[in-house]
Amino acid sequence: MLKKNDNYAIELKGITKSFGKVIANEDVNLGIKYGEILALLGENGSGKTTLMNILSGIYYADEGTIFIDGNEVFITNPHEAIKLGIGMIHQHFKLVEVFSAMDNIVLGTRGKYVKNSALKEKILEMSNKFGLEIEPDKKVYNMSVSEKQTIEIMKVLYRGAKILILDEPTSVLTPQETEKLFVILRRMKEQGNAIIIITHKLHEVLAISDRVAILRKGKVVDTVNTRETNEKQLTELMVGRPISLEIKRPETSSKKTVLKVVDLSVVNEDGTIGLNNINFKLKSGEILGVAGVAGSGQRELCETIAGLMPAKTGAVLYNKENIIGKTPDEIINLGISMSFVPEDRLGMGLVGSMDMIDNMLLKSYKKNKGFIIDKKPSRQLAEELVEKLSITTPNVETPVRMLSGGNVQKVLLGREIESEPNVLITAYPVRGLDINSSYIIYDLLNEQKKKNVAILFIGEDLDVLLELSDRIMVLCHGELMGLVDAKNTTKEEIGLMMAGRKMEGVDSDE
Amino acid sequence: MNNRSHTPFIRTVKISERSSNDILKIRIAAFVLALTAGGLFILLLGYNPLKLYGTIISGAFRSKMAFQATVKFMIPLLMSSLGVSIAFKMRFWNIGAEGQIIVGAVCASYFALFHDNWPHFLLLIVMFAAGAIGGGLWGLIPAYFKSKYDTNETLFTLMLNYIALHIITYLRDGPWKDPGSSGFPKIARFTANAQIDKVLGVHFGWIIALILVVIVFIYLKYTKHGYEISVVGESKSTARYAGMDVKKIILRTMIISGGICGITGMIQAAGSDMTLASSVAGGVGFTAIIVSWLAYLNPFGILLVSFLFSILDKGSSVMQSTYGLSTYFASVLQGIILFFILGCEFFIRYKFVLTKKGGK
Repeated sequence: MLKKNDNYAIELKGITKSFGKVIANEDVNLGIKYGEILALLGENGSGKTTLMNILSGIYYADEGTIFIDGNEVFITNPHEAIKLGIGMIHQHFKLVEVFSAMDNIVLGTRGKYVKNSALKEKILEMSNKFGLEIEPDKKVYNMSVSEKQTIEIMKVLYRGAKILILDEPTSVLTPQETEKLFVILRRMKEQGNAIIIITHKLHEVLAISDRVAILRKGKVVDTVNTRETNEKQLTELMVGRPISLEIKRPETSSKKTVLKVVDLSVVNEDGTIGLNNINFKLKSGEILGVAGVAGSGQRELCETIAGLMPAKTGAVLYNKENIIGKTPDEIINLGISMSFVPEDRLGMGLVGSMDMIDNMLLKSYKKNKGFIIDKKPSRQLAEELVEKLSITTPNVETPVRMLSGGNVQKVLLGREIESEPNVLITAYPVRGLDINSSYIIYDLLNEQKKKNVAILFIGEDLDVLLELSDRIMVLCHGELMGLVDAKNTTKEEIGLMMAGRKMEGVDSDE
Repeated sequence: MNNRSHTPFIRTVKISERSSNDILKIRIAAFVLALTAGGLFILLLGYNPLKLYGTIISGAFRSKMAFQATVKFMIPLLMSSLGVSIAFKMRFWNIGAEGQIIVGAVCASYFALFHDNWPHFLLLIVMFAAGAIGGGLWGLIPAYFKSKYDTNETLFTLMLNYIALHIITYLRDGPWKDPGSSGFPKIARFTANAQIDKVLGVHFGWIIALILVVIVFIYLKYTKHGYEISVVGESKSTARYAGMDVKKIILRTMIISGGICGITGMIQAAGSDMTLASSVAGGVGFTAIIVSWLAYLNPFGILLVSFLFSILDKGSSVMQSTYGLSTYFASVLQGIILFFILGCEFFIRYKFVLTKKGGK
């Protein structure tokens, strides 16, 4: 039996994992102690999630050894990981909507039947211990995002996890909810748990962690004590070179209203309210940011303007012409372009199995005269984009799903911009992008703004929204909470609106 | 608590992308393995596999007549495979080629039976059109319900097969019963005027089939319609986002898919059976599904695979007369080949890796 350093709750030695030719993790050495919060920082594609999936038994490392409490272990499946006390809280919740909190917590555990009342007591006792707020009988579908996350945490604690891994836990939370989560994490740390938190948000790393391990291209480039570092140093370690974190906000003149949304209400297919009585104006030469917790009506707003979703009431006026009721085709021809980057990135803007050339055709193929499609112009366009946006691809005939996330998004946004729209709606254009690519996208948007394009920018990172947008509107449960000037607002104010506090009488464009 | 015993010995690892050369090698290997497995099956039956395979090949090619028969087997298979592949490209699971073939044949037969005094070529053109329209409408029904109510097209098309089959039985036993058959329920033989002419010893359906290969290839690859079909197949929401009329595309594509199957029925009835028999489709509509998938929906691949399948079919009928082995042996072999080819997909995407011992 191999005895290792007893100080570490969990220790990784020489972990290597590759997928085909892509090396996701290379010779990773990492250790975490009980009563410690380790932040795993790295850009998308740097191998954070792969590494954690190895720990939680979803993947198995090609090489390397894992020690828990100093003993060598082989985590071959998730059940094994749970037995070893490792609990993973995924980015996307894995809960049964129609079950109560309690049922979700015990689901899948292999113990003797416990009476409901006894179980409830146990759960309440545990939640008191860690400061979790749980109503055992509440059904999941009645819960807010942060409540669901609490259940996920409780689930792994109930299974006896001493080592918790949280994958991007704050991406769905408002700033206030994030703070609440951090309180819980600190409490768990005090109780002697080892916590690994995966994130790419620097200020959160600084706020919560004791140590930071920085991953770059699958390798741990450094591990630093949080107290001895700062945002600038972390960024440099993460990106590999110094980089400016400033986003430009160019001033434009001659703003006039291009798109006017009046009393717009939308009902989803399942009967829930998508948008409730929304009013705003979008002007040429401005970036109007849209903030909100995921699922607050952003998708509905995009799809309604693009003609993909019917409106229940209200109007969307484009140069005084109502576009509600027009087909997507007609709306595209008016010069309204929508690019929505969903969680799986490819989503509906691109066809994954097709190459760049065919994807360039997606919105323009109808303009071809005759029955046969001439692919020469789109090949030219594809090659131009590769050049202009420095898209990394073997050639333009490679299926776009083979490209990395950043390049996929450049292809999508590039095509939309090349169509020279008057209104550009873009949702989560930097989702999952590395810092460098994100800045290229911001520059692209600013360039369009200078060309007097009206831009609706739906984002998730409040810091970016505050710096890039001219005005910010906040959605919560499909309602407009307020519309504020980005220069004169604070993150806290936006956060409160995201959580549902209405700002009275602020429509800063009048 | 060293739990080394839990170490997996072999693991599967995902491969990002194999070169097309490697993929071809794997598929050929799968084909060879399939023949080997089929050989083992033959051995179990107590025959010499090499000899039997030899008989199949020679059975399909041994004479001009044998070859013509092979081609005759191939025509309906090739055409209906092309038909279903168009729907499959759109991820519309058209399992109803059988029914579309039958309805096409029924519509064409109406003119063959009741208007056989028309000029020969006019009659054939009308029959051709009737076959296409009949099959197309039979394909349109499930497409309409799919686009309107999102019904399951697999079940829908499958069930329509049985309805079509019983329409023939009804016509045979009732209104279209041959009065000259002395009470035996059958439909009259087409007169020579309503039969498809032979070119090089085989009815000219083979020419139509070959032309269709090229047309379908161009249609899917270079036309706006083909582009729309690919996008709808990949993602309906993407298609809507791009401003495509998804419903219209589904309906149109299924008319074409069913229409080609309907033409198959017309050609089979007027070129091969010379009457409307309830066996006009005879299972090719189902085999077509296998063929188009084995060919990865590539029209030229479909040409090749349907040719190989015809050799197998024709060869095994010879095998039956020589060895007394059931022709169903061909179906067994087809099944084995399909199993291996689909199985090899796994090796295109994954590979096995031996676990290195931990502790290093």
